[in-house]
Amino acid sequence: MTKKLLLDKVHVEGIRNFDVYRREGGYQSVEKALKMQQDDIVEEVKKSGLRGRGGAGFPTGLKWSFLAKPEGLSRYLVCNADESEPGTFKDRYLMELIPHLLIEGMIVSSYALGSTTSYIYIRGEYDWVSDILDKAIDEAKQNGFLGKNILGSGFDCEIYTHRGAGAYICGEETALLESLEGKRGLPRIKPPFPAVKGVWDCPTVVNNVETIAAVVPIINDGGEAYSKIGVGRSTGTKLISACGNINKPGVYEIDMTISVEEFIYSDEYCGGIPNGKRLKACIPGGSSVPILPANLLLKTAKGETRMMNYESLSDGGFATGSMMGSGGFIVLDEDQCVVRHTLTLARFYHHESCGQCSPCREGTGWMEKVFQKIENGKGEMKDIDLLWDIQRRIEGNTICPLGDAAAWPVAAAIRHFRDEFEWHINNREECLIRNYGLAHYADPLEAVVS
Amino acid sequence: MSVQFSKEKLDRVNELISRYPEGKQKSALLPVLHLAQQEFGGWLDVSTMDYVASLLKIQSIEVYEVASFYSMYNLKPVGKYVFEVCQTGPCMLNGSDQIISYIKERLNINVGETTADGLFTLKTVECLGACGYAPMMQLGKIYKENLTKEKVDQIIEECTAIAAANN
Ligand SMILES: Cc1cc2nc3c(=O)[nH]c(=O)nc-3n(C[C@H](O)[C@H](O)[C@H](O)COP(=O)(O)O)c2cc1C
Ligand code: SF4
Ligand code: FES
Repeated sequence: MTKKLLLDKVHVEGIRNFDVYRREGGYQSVEKALKMQQDDIVEEVKKSGLRGRGGAGFPTGLKWSFLAKPEGLSRYLVCNADESEPGTFKDRYLMELIPHLLIEGMIVSSYALGSTTSYIYIRGEYDWVSDILDKAIDEAKQNGFLGKNILGSGFDCEIYTHRGAGAYICGEETALLESLEGKRGLPRIKPPFPAVKGVWDCPTVVNNVETIAAVVPIINDGGEAYSKIGVGRSTGTKLISACGNINKPGVYEIDMTISVEEFIYSDEYCGGIPNGKRLKACIPGGSSVPILPANLLLKTAKGETRMMNYESLSDGGFATGSMMGSGGFIVLDEDQCVVRHTLTLARFYHHESCGQCSPCREGTGWMEKVFQKIENGKGEMKDIDLLWDIQRRIEGNTICPLGDAAAWPVAAAIRHFRDEFEWHINNREECLIRNYGLAHYADPLEAVVS
Repeated sequence: MSVQFSKEKLDRVNELISRYPEGKQKSALLPVLHLAQQEFGGWLDVSTMDYVASLLKIQSIEVYEVASFYSMYNLKPVGKYVFEVCQTGPCMLNGSDQIISYIKERLNINVGETTADGLFTLKTVECLGACGYAPMMQLGKIYKENLTKEKVDQIIEECTAIAAANN
């Protein structure tokens, strides 16, 4: 069983309240950190091997060390709680159940980076979660962990929540900063990077909720202890939000040494697939990452067991692998239609494109239209090649990675499930009333982990 | 028709503005628009947006362009209860299509429409971060999760009853 670093206390009665959280050992990392040099904290985070949990997996300590420190300019820490990637609901879970963990991590991180005013940019729909955080912030302040001269250290810090208003693109860090400035969420051209020129033109670090929360155990136990959990460059624990056709949807903290098969079938995690159905496919890291058919999901192309960590999930590149992404784990059983599922994603990206770059703006709309046509029994063979062509033209040709995020799911669906697209086109009437089923990409193991 | 926040809400606006550095009061625009929409009938008409601009000392156009960018701001009146049903992949895998059809049938409206009595509006939305509790909808501040037809019936009845009691 995974040693839990973030969620071990979520079920303690009343853990949302400061007193209970404190009694359970909360805020010790603040006491410890305020006695350390700021650079030493950055060093611990580097040592831990922690990689950003927002999707890109960039080493956090390295990102922190890039923060510019020019004289006379304020520096800012902004927590990315925009969480809008389909399949992803881990940050919500953490904030809702154990809000003080995020606030604690924010205080330590703010101190390390020299940010005296830090923000939590939270998606607008998480209205009640933002109320929970506001209450936690108030309590921390009343108890001397926020405000002026925290614990007599001379360090001042305020944390504010800032609610978005419904726009996936505001999860992209530069769009998020625009939105924090009260503007439309239009991604900026990089460079300059936020570390040099972020919110209000000041050096800024943007980190995911889970990343910031992970700073707490790193400071408590030391970077080295953290780095020993997990495997290779996948250190520490990772929150996975599991959904789709599984018996036990929810948020799980894993230590990245378990196999995908165990994660899906063991009772400790997803608990297998309902109604004795078989596994057809899975998107292991949020809607933007490539979908994999069951055979490539459970084993890599080399025949090795696929593990739930950064390296193993991406083994084989996009040809035969996928990505850890945001940890949004979406399972499709044998009754599901990959074309229809990918259509909903194409519609999503079209809806969420900010419209600044023509390949993304036009391409996402065009892809959605072609998908509608195929799914509605009006597809032609050339439409498959057309989809392939459009996604190729978007990828790599845009200001921000939303373009790639829109292209990859389409590419992977065609790469691995081309026969299902063809079946829609050859069986235009039948595809309106039934799904294609399993075909050859059926779960090759069938034998279930007990 | 011009609108005006109560003294209490104006204090709230000033508290929001104070969260950002001196001269960066425009940063309070999103939160203040949320407040305005909540206070002034569930949507933002031009006079409301002009009022928000005056409070933040910015141009009206700066407010319009933001209000039109974000999906949570309504630029048209909506029903008293807005059913925002998620239709993205993970919810679809758990039957959101059937829930949407059922609501259409029950309320006798299409997506984007409001019932004749002005009580209900049906909208489809994209992933709301509740994929593990699918299918789901947002109803005001609240998420209604693990929806079934029975739950939908119950929600409609509750809303109707509350509205009747308030009349
Ligand atoms: C379209 C798009 C949406 C994104 N959405 C989120 C999000 O909701 N939450 C998040 O933490 N990162 C999101 N990211 C990644 C952020 O840009 C950024 O890399 C991340 O917040 C950095 O934090 P980390 O290093 O702690 O992961 C998104 C990126 C893109 C391109
Ligand atoms: S890639 Fe799409 S979302 Fe990103 S800046 Fe360009 S148009 Fe906007
Ligand atoms: S797909 Fe519906 S809440 Fe995520």
